[in-house]
Amino acid sequence: MSIKTRAPVGREAIATFGWWRAHRFLILRRLSQMFFLSLFLLGPWFGIWWIKGNLSGSLSFGILPLTDPFIAAQSLIAGHWPELTGLIGALIVALAYALIGGRVYCSWVCPVNPVTDGAHWLHDRLGLKKGWQPKAGTRWWVLAMVVAVSALTGTIAWEFVNPVSMLHRGLIFGMGLAWAFVVAVFVFDLFVSRRGWCGHLCPVGTFYGLLGAKSVLRVSAARRADCDDCMDCFAVCPEMHVITPALRGQAGETPIILSHDCTNCGRCIDVCAKDVFAFTHRFDATDAPARDDRSRSQPASGASRAA
Amino acid sequence: MSAKKNSQPRQMDRRRFLQDSARGIAGCALAGMGLGYFISDARALPAQALRPPGALAEDDFLAACIRCGLCVRDCPYNTLVLAELGRDGPATGTPFFTARDIPCEMCEDIPCVLACPTGALDPALRDIDDAKMGVAVLIDQENCLNALGLRCDVCYRVCPVIDEAITLERSHNERSGHHAIFMPTVHADKCTGCGKCEKSCVLPGEAAIKVLPARIARAEAADHYKLGWEDRNPLVDDLIDLPDRLPGPGTDNLAAPGGYLPEAMPDPGMEGGFTPSFKLPGTRP
Repeated sequence: MSIKTRAPVGREAIATFGWWRAHRFLILRRLSQMFFLSLFLLGPWFGIWWIKGNLSGSLSFGILPLTDPFIAAQSLIAGHWPELTGLIGALIVALAYALIGGRVYCSWVCPVNPVTDGAHWLHDRLGLKKGWQPKAGTRWWVLAMVVAVSALTGTIAWEFVNPVSMLHRGLIFGMGLAWAFVVAVFVFDLFVSRRGWCGHLCPVGTFYGLLGAKSVLRVSAARRADCDDCMDCFAVCPEMHVITPALRGQAGETPIILSHDCTNCGRCIDVCAKDVFAFTHRFDATDAPARDDRSRSQPASGASRAA
Repeated sequence: MSAKKNSQPRQMDRRRFLQDSARGIAGCALAGMGLGYFISDARALPAQALRPPGALAEDDFLAACIRCGLCVRDCPYNTLVLAELGRDGPATGTPFFTARDIPCEMCEDIPCVLACPTGALDPALRDIDDAKMGVAVLIDQENCLNALGLRCDVCYRVCPVIDEAITLERSHNERSGHHAIFMPTVHADKCTGCGKCEKSCVLPGEAAIKVLPARIARAEAADHYKLGWEDRNPLVDDLIDLPDRLPGPGTDNLAAPGGYLPEAMPDPGMEGGFTPSFKLPGTRP
């Protein structure tokens, strides 16, 4: 491990562009997470009932119904055909995320994201080993398991244990012992498996990823020719395997990150001192020359850290 | 997983594929069994937790309720709450109420049912009097004041379906010999299970009358019995008129012509009018 990769991620970007520019999407993301949570808390805390309900299902301004499409799907699998309100709500949410990227839910809305990000921050500070890394296919097996259990028990199976809805509902309606599930996720990510929960197991994220498989909003490694292999983007990306095909693509291969695992969190844009990454749409055909051969022959120094 | 390896097409031979699949299926099955066990545990609804009006049967309810809490929000009396893990009995996040704490006030517009986006609370419920949240049961007749012969009557008075769901059935007070007992009597076909009776039972602590889910409170009617006072049609077309057994002379006491008359007995003083065919030694003949 070189001295350079030991340096804090994004230091170069801060030096080049300033602190705000190197953290803008992180800050925006935290603001977004707080915004969506506080929308739901306005009612119970301040009596402003713009939005009732929680992330599983809600009613905004007495007119706009929203339903978690993953829960609606489980309900269908369990053998219940929801009322029109619920179906419309699920359709609206599904369409929105199909456009902007399914896993935008994970990085911009989900209340567990700050928990696992916190676990990862501490994990980094303590210099812990990455621990158990489930195979890439594991999350699909978990999703399949949830579908199977929903069908076999005739229930919305994941909602019995889902830490996402438990945390969100807990904050709004009352926590009970649900915090134990949230702590379990934190401890799992901290000591058992680096980025394990959101990156490998959570079936909600897998479902939303599937939903946004053809999403329009995407990150592109547009100026990949400028990449100097600092590896900061890999270190900061919660799903670093999505970067490689775009950043290290040959000439003619698209620089757009097309993997549905990408959460559109924008951290790679933040930390890149060479301004390689940018948000764009999936049909962006702007020519992006590949990097020269230098990097291909020389394995990146920070690869072991990034993985 | 190094960055370089990822850019190359993964060689997935058959053995690797089978291994991965077996691992996935095994892990899936294990986790699924755990989740299934947890669900079977969590779906056991405690008897004192009542679902909102119009709630589907518990098995269907858990397929339909997305635990959004909109029914809770639109309940004007804060009757409904979402179950909290480890604190309340029902499945986490599902709505319920405890009659002894806050009963259902039976709003005529049924806002909780209107709020439900999925139909876990059946929109077919238009009239709150048709709700079946449970059935009141006078569960402790030893401590119920009315059952003791006093005139409490509170459960009867507060019942929103007074004189239909709960009536006071008068009977003789055997204890005092000259008073009446007005027994609160629930009629399940009219009882909505709102729980106002349980809430207002004056006994300290537990109520003498409690709302229980119908699955616990109600027996299955004995359909194999014919209730002759409801159905006057005989089971068979022509009843065979067998000779009536009457007390008469002798052991073969078929109806004697003229019927049983003590005077007609061989010994009119003899009870039952028959003579034992044996004599015990030493007794008077």
